[in-house]
Amino acid sequence: MRSPLGRAIGLGSAKEGVEHWWAQRMTAIALVPLSLWFVSAVIGLIGADLETVQNWVSQPLAAILLVLLLIAMFYHVSLGLQVVIEDYVHTELVKLGLVGATRLLCFGFAVAGIFAVLSMALGGSS
Amino acid sequence: MRSADRPLSPHLQIYRWQLTSVLSILHRATGVMLSAGAILLVWWLVAAASGPEAYEGVEDFLGSWIGLLLLSGWTVALFYHLCNGLRHLVWDSGHALDLKSTYIGGWTVVAATAVLTLIAWVAGVSRWVS
Repeated sequence: MRSPLGRAIGLGSAKEGVEHWWAQRMTAIALVPLSLWFVSAVIGLIGADLETVQNWVSQPLAAILLVLLLIAMFYHVSLGLQVVIEDYVHTELVKLGLVGATRLLCFGFAVAGIFAVLSMALGGSS
Repeated sequence: MRSADRPLSPHLQIYRWQLTSVLSILHRATGVMLSAGAILLVWWLVAAASGPEAYEGVEDFLGSWIGLLLLSGWTVALFYHLCNGLRHLVWDSGHALDLKSTYIGGWTVVAATAVLTLIAWVAGVSRWVS
């Protein structure tokens, strides 16, 4: 016989569960203007050659917004895919592996994208 | 407590399709699709930073029929996920949670997605032909 409280203790969020939820909302709000800006900018780049694209990325405003977009987007993707995985994968080890792999991949893609933007904006070696 | 003897809720297929559940499923589906789109964005940026040869590869892919199909699919997915995401934010604030509001909001999201997609496609195609 255990009281409902006794059963619940240790199973709750330990005051950390809100962080995931909150981060998902914050990145969502950030992504509203960033993604709308990105789509309109990319439509403007349709048919552009490489040099035009590189010049566009090299502009300070575009470079800054692209880096912000990449950070907010991959953070949001990582949180979102984690929820999807946790909903459908119920084998603990597989779930942990998939969530971990997703997080690492998101981190890697974000770094790759940011590096590409910065190398065009700052280096101009290519 | 044994849960096996309890009545089970009917399987998903039993339910009649309704706007609320369809939009909910679509939110998740478009989210997963957009995650794949995010990788394409990185590919595009890395290729542009790498030089003409790499950029030609990504250009060829995006210009192919599958590339165009993916791009047009992603614009719908993005606008839907964005609009429905705003609907979720309204719910998070504790508003519009009654049945009538969820349907009004749902149809608003569908209409806004259609309008935004149409604007983007028209702008994109007119840019393409000019």
